[in-house]
Amino acid sequence: MFGKKVKTFPQGGIHPEDKKFSDHKQIVDLPLPATVYIPCSQHIGAPAVPVVQPGDKVLVGQLIAQRQGFISANVHSSVSGTVKKMVELPDPEGWKKPSFEIEVSGDEWLDGIDRSPELNMDITATPDEIRAKVTAAGIVGLGGATFPADIKLSIPPGKSAEFLIINGVECEPYLTSDHRLMLEKAEEIIVGIRIALKALGLKKALVGVEANTPDAIEQLKKFSNPYPEIEIVALKVWYPQGGERQLVKALTNREIPPPPRGLPIDVGCVVFNVATCFSIYEAVQKNKPLIDRVVTVTGDSVKDPSNFRVRIGTPIRALIDAAGGLPEDTAKVIRGSVMMGKAIPDISIPITKGAGGIVIIPENEAKRKQKQVCIRCAKCVSVCPLGMEPYLLMTLVEQGRLDEAELEKITNCCECGCCSFTCPSNRPLLDYIRYGKASVLQRMKARQQK
Amino acid sequence: MNQKPLIVSLSPHVFSGLSIEKSMYAVIIALVPALAVSVYVFGLGALYLTFLAVSSCIALEFVIQKYLMKVPVRALDGSAALTGMLLAFNLPANLPWWMVLIGSFVAIAVAKMSFGGLGNNIFNPALVGRVFLLISFPVAMTTWPKAFAYRCLSHVDGKTAATPLMTLKEGLLNGQTIEQISAKLPDYGQLFLGQIGGSLGEISAAALLLGGLFLLWKKIISWHIPVSMIGTVFVFSGILWLIDPLKYVHPLFHILSGGVMLGAIYMATDYVSSPMTHKGMLIYGCLIGALTVIIRVFGAYPEGVSFAILVMNAFVPLINRYCKPHRFGE
Repeated sequence: MFGKKVKTFPQGGIHPEDKKFSDHKQIVDLPLPATVYIPCSQHIGAPAVPVVQPGDKVLVGQLIAQRQGFISANVHSSVSGTVKKMVELPDPEGWKKPSFEIEVSGDEWLDGIDRSPELNMDITATPDEIRAKVTAAGIVGLGGATFPADIKLSIPPGKSAEFLIINGVECEPYLTSDHRLMLEKAEEIIVGIRIALKALGLKKALVGVEANTPDAIEQLKKFSNPYPEIEIVALKVWYPQGGERQLVKALTNREIPPPPRGLPIDVGCVVFNVATCFSIYEAVQKNKPLIDRVVTVTGDSVKDPSNFRVRIGTPIRALIDAAGGLPEDTAKVIRGSVMMGKAIPDISIPITKGAGGIVIIPENEAKRKQKQVCIRCAKCVSVCPLGMEPYLLMTLVEQGRLDEAELEKITNCCECGCCSFTCPSNRPLLDYIRYGKASVLQRMKARQQK
Repeated sequence: MNQKPLIVSLSPHVFSGLSIEKSMYAVIIALVPALAVSVYVFGLGALYLTFLAVSSCIALEFVIQKYLMKVPVRALDGSAALTGMLLAFNLPANLPWWMVLIGSFVAIAVAKMSFGGLGNNIFNPALVGRVFLLISFPVAMTTWPKAFAYRCLSHVDGKTAATPLMTLKEGLLNGQTIEQISAKLPDYGQLFLGQIGGSLGEISAAALLLGGLFLLWKKIISWHIPVSMIGTVFVFSGILWLIDPLKYVHPLFHILSGGVMLGAIYMATDYVSSPMTHKGMLIYGCLIGALTVIIRVFGAYPEGVSFAILVMNAFVPLINRYCKPHRFGE
């Protein structure tokens, strides 16, 4: 309404109250923990295969699990020390996954990793070398989807790309890790974007950043100025703009076809998160594998909401302690953030590559309210960014009418949670839709196998 | 550290804080200016009648939920109160009290609770109550108190008056032209502010619009139904007026008189009985507008908003079936 009109996606969406408590906190290195737990599977795809044994000494950056198959990612030790044993640890979904327990001693880095803070702007690597380095470094999408980045850096045969889309949209109400990274490491991110452009052979990168982080926009604009191929686009603050489909729509007005088939490449786009670009910079220019990431620790009752640079595998408890300790009235701890994150049962589980935030929810906000009847207010329909009818899908799933739910495209759902957020009757719309989506996907799979 | 077990639940973990109560009471608040105008124009009787309708609707819902349906009582969630308020707004301010009670009974017991209560009724309960009364007691329901009659002690002018729409209809039936009738009609200023005869709550377009803006600002209603309905009434009656201004009245008169404002902003937008998609809402609003003009101009009744909304209520399931939102990526 005021000033220049900023772009956004046209359909649905909400604006949960912003609670960016930590947006003025500089990123600080979290002290090394005594023990880290590094899962072999922190990405979408096949789990990596361990290449070190219990009892082995490892250095920071040393490969400890090797990727296997087409979609997979290497795992490196984030600390120096001794591999104690393999343990089964629950991942955020609750499934037990094999993990390394490594006792930390000192901070010895592998040779060849450039730890100097100097910026290295000259991209000497060829596209193939870039891909090889990104593969070796075990980089995955750090926005949360954890899709191996090397696969996205090569365009599949038969497809063509036009735009590199960079996701600087931090639409989750509490998180500030990407915001701080864009502010403090803008130059590195710009180099990372140029590396990705070079690997993909593209001429145009669009960086979407929401208008509530003007300092980050300014910083990125300043350092991207010499490169006309990189355009910084301010976007309206609107959830779920950080979703791939919404972001591509907002920046290019193209609509990615529905999953499971549709990918950004189908509309000529490749999407990376800003944190991923930073990791690509570190991997290609500094030879540093993905062993740490920025994590926001925040919440209404947290004493000292902060942004930490955390070694992968650090127990979540250590982060919470560094942010002033677990508040008395804690009822829920969320990995990710409040709209799409997962409530974890235990704060001893480690930070993995995909965790951008830890949000602590106090008791008075943790419990859901009593479910009421649907008053057909149509709010769920108008906020759905994918043009579905959540009230209808919930009813269909409730009554077991999965065939009809499939016809209503239940599998398109991106689980952004706008419907449940907005429902005045506190109906668990997304819970039912999630269940229905999983059931329908199972059926589709079974049909294919026949 | 001794830590209580953490709650594990699915996302999202925050909610908008909106509730049925908040939505319903917001609409009631939005109706207060119109009620105030009504009390100013018709006297305290208007307040008394509104109170009677609201309290009888809440009491009926309470009794039915507690003793007949044996479900948790939610009679104070605002929906029964809103139904009562809207029912009262659609009645002449001097209607006998027992007719009001019959109206409440039909609205709550027949039109709402017998379908299963809030969220399940096909037709707008307040309008069902109103139309039932209109058909059962046609004389009482079309005898409107004259504006400011409560202040006149002399009884010279009489206490009742026709609504502008009735004056228009009668005049046209007697073969008069619009020019001849218009001497008897209130001017647009009076129509806008509500210094006219009519149903209790429909008279002041200004107060109703004020409440409508409040609802739009609070995002309780969307613009689709009111704008498409009022727009259609304006355009359709405007076309007729352009064809023959002697036979058809100016479109501004159509949207400012009778129940168009009340119907478009508060009755047609009733959550339960209106369509679920924006496309559907536009179609629904347009068809209500068109039906209203058809009934007013070509039908037997001077006013058609109630009938138009009820007829279109019946089409809502069909509209929902065929008006799907734009599916992303298709």
